[in-house]
Amino acid sequence: MLNTTELLAIPALPLIASLIVGLFGWALKEKLSHSITTGSVIISALLSVHIFIQVLGGASFYGNFWTWMLSDTFVVPVGMMIDQLTAIMMITVTIVSACVHIYTIGYMHGDPGYSRFFAYISGFTFSMLVLVMGNNFFTLFFGWEAVGLVSYLLIGFWFKRESANFAALKAFIVNRIGDFGFMVGILAIWYYFGTFDYREVFDQVPALVAQGETLHFLSWEMSAITFICLALFVGAMGKSGQVPLHVWLPDSMEGPTPISALIHAATMVTAGVFMVARCSPMFEYSETALAAVIIVGAVTAWMCATIGLVQNDIKRVIAYSTCSQLGYMFVACGVSAYSVGIFHLMTHAYFKALLFLAAGSVIHAVLAEQDIRKMGQLKKYMPITYITMLIAALALSGVPPFAGFWSKDLIIEAVAVRELGWIGDFAYFAVLSGVFMTAFYTFRMFFLTFHNSDRVPAKVKPHLHESPKVITIPLVLLAIGALFSGAWGVLGLDIANPNAAQNFFCSSMFVLPEHNPLILIAEEGHHAWYHFLFSAPFWLSLSGIGLAYAMYLRETDMPAKLAAAVKPVYTFLLNKWYWDELYAKTLMRPAQILGRWLWQQGDLAMIDKGMIHGGVVGSVLAGMQRMRAAQTGYVYHYAFAMIIGVFAALTYLVLKG
Amino acid sequence: MVTLSSYLAVAACLFAIGIIGLFLNRKNVIIILMCIELILLAVNINLAAFSYFLQNLDGQIFIFFVLTVAASEVAVGLAILVAFYRNRRSINVDDINTLQG
Repeated sequence: MLNTTELLAIPALPLIASLIVGLFGWALKEKLSHSITTGSVIISALLSVHIFIQVLGGASFYGNFWTWMLSDTFVVPVGMMIDQLTAIMMITVTIVSACVHIYTIGYMHGDPGYSRFFAYISGFTFSMLVLVMGNNFFTLFFGWEAVGLVSYLLIGFWFKRESANFAALKAFIVNRIGDFGFMVGILAIWYYFGTFDYREVFDQVPALVAQGETLHFLSWEMSAITFICLALFVGAMGKSGQVPLHVWLPDSMEGPTPISALIHAATMVTAGVFMVARCSPMFEYSETALAAVIIVGAVTAWMCATIGLVQNDIKRVIAYSTCSQLGYMFVACGVSAYSVGIFHLMTHAYFKALLFLAAGSVIHAVLAEQDIRKMGQLKKYMPITYITMLIAALALSGVPPFAGFWSKDLIIEAVAVRELGWIGDFAYFAVLSGVFMTAFYTFRMFFLTFHNSDRVPAKVKPHLHESPKVITIPLVLLAIGALFSGAWGVLGLDIANPNAAQNFFCSSMFVLPEHNPLILIAEEGHHAWYHFLFSAPFWLSLSGIGLAYAMYLRETDMPAKLAAAVKPVYTFLLNKWYWDELYAKTLMRPAQILGRWLWQQGDLAMIDKGMIHGGVVGSVLAGMQRMRAAQTGYVYHYAFAMIIGVFAALTYLVLKG
Repeated sequence: MVTLSSYLAVAACLFAIGIIGLFLNRKNVIIILMCIELILLAVNINLAAFSYFLQNLDGQIFIFFVLTVAASEVAVGLAILVAFYRNRRSINVDDINTLQG
């Protein structure tokens, strides 16, 4: 049993810090603002590590603290469920958050919204912790919406920039679509199970499946469990930037770089993956939902990788890579390797946050320039950033022994061993070719930034320097994670082991034995350490790096020639598969036309002109003009009216009898 | 024998004269006041006649009230008229229309 106070303190500390700095930030000095928030998040991180160690030793927690809402049978408690899945999410969130807090001290120094920024990211840490630690779907939903809100606030952090406001709105609106599905899923859970509690819901799932309960939805007949899972997954698609709701994630790069690292790479966007893993007892019973997860994940993994190949904005390259890697995690969940998906989530959090923070360090040095065509040869100016980014790039590309290799290799193995017909083949193709493209675009960006020719504008030259310690220390800390978290997961936590007693994750996630890819991997003996030498992903990623090396270090005129040779493809990719244009034409434009029509015909013509000026006001005015005429001011007219009145009244009375 | 209907006929005639005077007169406000007085007298005759024929004194008591009200009304009316004349130099009915909407 874990200590309740300690558990409550983990989310409470960042919340309190956030409230203090958010409400009184105007009165606080920069130093005090960042000390309060960073201090509280670091304490949270240490407590989380302590909890993690206890969970590693077999401890767990499940319980409610108080009631949030109560109405007849509708009860929403606030409680926590701490198991292996939660514990690993907690350390990932708090450690990355702590690193980002420290980094922000240097990165946002002198910004007018300094303490506001710290209030937001501490608030985010709180929301994310609620999301992962809750023990029912309602607290999950609360955290889900709260992180979405903070994400909106932070994308639009520089609210004087028009593009930042648009990007923030876009993120918010696209997430609304996903959240609508999510809410439908949660309400369906209430409808079928009568509770929001994870355990009570999951205990009832087999019974519901056995009943064969079905429902009609948009003329499809599907089982209740499939409906719930698909609806929940729509929410995950929105939050985790999966096709077709991925459009907001690259645009979210308008926000400051630390939040790109924390929210839009390491933690918030992985909430969808966490949710699917948490709901594994439901997804396991729905082949349809699992197939949908695989297809969406594989399409995203492949498509966003192709877009990443040609982007020129350093943050956009990494953003598309994030979409793509999230696709990998969903593919892993889809083939029932939930633990592997979460494992990749963890390693990805470290190396992707590192990649973003290193990119931020570069952007800081070249005076807020994000175009990699205007960088180059930065290696000699920024050695620490260079080395840490190299580690992150190798980890992302999946080169052993860096973190990404271990998790990505397991995902690809898991896809390979499951026999799922064309879906499996498609997913396997997507993740394999994705490896090659990932390695290529990562090193394309890396070489263009740090090697290649020196294309830095002359006026920026004198500013080139290594970032201060407060920026480089978090880089080094995360680099440790990017170096060792993968090996630690496989060798220390034994994630590839199908045996529930030994695998760290197995008891917190439910996998049907006939689905379990880990058993198949173990049977084929693929877990030997030298195995990677005989597997395709390793060689594909090496050749991706090799191609980037050839194109951007040796034959530097090749990229331009290649782009000219396949111009249509190049333009297609450069314009991100025209998703934005597609949405603009098919959804936005009709909505605008309809809106304008309603405004001009409905509001202006009908209500304003027709009813107010023409109807109501017009008739009142006309009636008034006529009634004025009756008030002549002559005494005899009034007397006449009185007499007529008296006669009329008398006549009435007489006739009435 | 003078019957009730004779009294009522006289009263009705007086009432009609008063009403017609009210409407036809376009010159003088004093005439309007006189017409109102005629209408009230017609009512008084009715009250007296009914009081006599129904052997009920209530009607006659009521007459005193009506006469009192009529007298005070004339006093107030004439006072207003004098004030009005001082301001406008006219008591022509057609000129008195400042209440027009």
